[in-house]
Amino acid sequence: MSSVIVRDVSLNFGAVEVLKSLNLDVAEGEFIVLLGPSGCGKSTLLNCIAGLLDVSQGQIFIKGKNVTWEEPKDRGIGMVFQSYALYPQMTVEGNLSFGLKNAGLPKDEIAKRVARASEILQIEPLLQRKPAALSGGQRQRVAIGRALVRDVDVFLFDEPLSNLDAKLRSELRVEIKRLHQKLANTMIYVTHDQIEALTLADRIAVMKGGVIQQLDGPQEIYNRPVNRFVAGFIGSPGMNFLEGQVSRDGSPSFLVGDLRIPLDRYDFSVANAAGAAALGIRPEHVALDEAGAAMPFSLETVVEIVEPMGSDTLVWTTLGGHNFNFRAPSERTLRLRERITIGFDPARASLFDAATDVRL
Amino acid sequence: MAEQGTLSAAGLGASRASASEAWGPRPRRALSRRNIIIYGTLTVVALYYLLPLYVMIVTSLKGMPEIRMGNIFSPPMEITFEPWVKAWATACTGLNCEGLSRGFWNSVRITVPSVIISILIASVNGYALANWRFRGADIFFTILIVGAFIPYQVMIYPIVIILREMGLYGTLTGLVMVHTIFGMPILTLLFRNYFASVPEELFKAARVDGAGFWAIYFKIMLPMSLPIFVVAVILQITGIWNDFLFGVVYTKPDVYPMTVQLNNIVNSVQGVKEYNVNMAATLLTGLVPLIVYFISGKLFVRGIAAGAVKG
Repeated sequence: MSSVIVRDVSLNFGAVEVLKSLNLDVAEGEFIVLLGPSGCGKSTLLNCIAGLLDVSQGQIFIKGKNVTWEEPKDRGIGMVFQSYALYPQMTVEGNLSFGLKNAGLPKDEIAKRVARASEILQIEPLLQRKPAALSGGQRQRVAIGRALVRDVDVFLFDEPLSNLDAKLRSELRVEIKRLHQKLANTMIYVTHDQIEALTLADRIAVMKGGVIQQLDGPQEIYNRPVNRFVAGFIGSPGMNFLEGQVSRDGSPSFLVGDLRIPLDRYDFSVANAAGAAALGIRPEHVALDEAGAAMPFSLETVVEIVEPMGSDTLVWTTLGGHNFNFRAPSERTLRLRERITIGFDPARASLFDAATDVRL
Repeated sequence: MAEQGTLSAAGLGASRASASEAWGPRPRRALSRRNIIIYGTLTVVALYYLLPLYVMIVTSLKGMPEIRMGNIFSPPMEITFEPWVKAWATACTGLNCEGLSRGFWNSVRITVPSVIISILIASVNGYALANWRFRGADIFFTILIVGAFIPYQVMIYPIVIILREMGLYGTLTGLVMVHTIFGMPILTLLFRNYFASVPEELFKAARVDGAGFWAIYFKIMLPMSLPIFVVAVILQITGIWNDFLFGVVYTKPDVYPMTVQLNNIVNSVQGVKEYNVNMAATLLTGLVPLIVYFISGKLFVRGIAAGAVKG
């Protein structure tokens, strides 16, 4: 059964189309991440689901109920904001119980729910403090708690970790995942951070210009991006793109500069594709030295820039006249202008039409 | 030779001064040219503004014979509070001789309700304009802002007629209404801008938590806006207390505010000009806004500081 259904939803601010006839089906207990660059409409979509923005067209269903015209409080949602949005004049306990008091719940029920939420999030010692006396991570925990006490079916997260430093972010990320496994609620999570998206999501919706480009599992999004935008947006450092031609003389191959990259192992999505195209290769799919020479395609090239990153080293070189980077193990010491052998498996590459940017 | 010697000595001294390299805090001289200019200017300006106040206070503490001697800057030889008592309790305006006391209570009865009502309405206005974007909100706001720039004098006569038709002309209620209306544009602007600076997500969170228009106003916005309320109270108390024009136009002698009565005392053309009483009366009238400044100034700063450390 679907938990949240977004059907043909459009939203216009004056002449600006922020969401374009958008459809999304979220299954019960699923963790969906809306991912995209700023201005792609992901937060807007979340606000529409929450009922904080009125849609221009379309319908929204939550738990099978049409909530398109419902107030946020009647939709059975809890929301966590980027800036925490804690009420500064109330204690943590006041923050947690505010929604319940508004709903007119009896006192003992409120106390029970606050106790349960603060136990799950381990914020019991903080209950009598004001938000100003909390650290960033603690504040975000309280903000999650405020959604938790409402006992809702759907959790909405609007970039909840973006205001935290890197270390805290990865800690809370794990906690959110743990929370999801424990509660098994439906969660819709907006972020521009692909690591958060890949680590948390059951499915990721990559958005651009108010349209969902691809809605798939993290592995699928990473390995088989449907278009060049998704391919370039996911992965860090970004995918290398080689602009060239797909040739069908004999076995299919990709021509770039004076290189000929065999494509007979590549799994074409479009039969008999040919002509101008871009070949995308992820930096982490490139092998070096003997391992590189053993790959279906390999060549000799020269080290141009070396960026040590601790766990591995990012190496820049040139391939078929294009800048090309790949990850090398950090144990392998690379010198500038050293001649090296690299190789990759075209089966793991992605091929995109040069005109439409669609996967071939 | 000698010349060379002194030169090298001077050079040595200079090189030693620079050789003892910059270390620790930079030395600051108390009597630098910059300080002299800053403090000199401030002192002169302060004297310029404080001199009239000094003359007023000194004069109000002298008896008439001493004033007639003409030394307006000299301190009183014999301090007397007689003029203050007279100004408050027995100075005559027209037929009644109750001093400023009646005007004072009239002003209180005008200022208190005007301040409370205008701030209550304006804060709700500002809140609605900032957080609940209703249809036509922009036009409404523009009209309000334009209202702030129309000179009061243009509207005096139409309002006289409106008050007369409503049967409120010459009453305190009428004057309170006028003050409330004229405070509206600037106060609404003040509150709107303040509420607009409150993070929007806070407002959204409250909506998700099921709070409605009034619940968000009273439980979320009000407790966060002490500083702006203090600013509004200062603005309104001083503005309304010091008002003369509306007071003299829209009320009758028995409900004249303090400012109008002060004018009638000071500008009376009959009998002896009692400068000491006039000075005392003026000081008494100005005392209320002054006290408000001193008390609320502290509160104001505290309010700002409380806002600064908010999460």
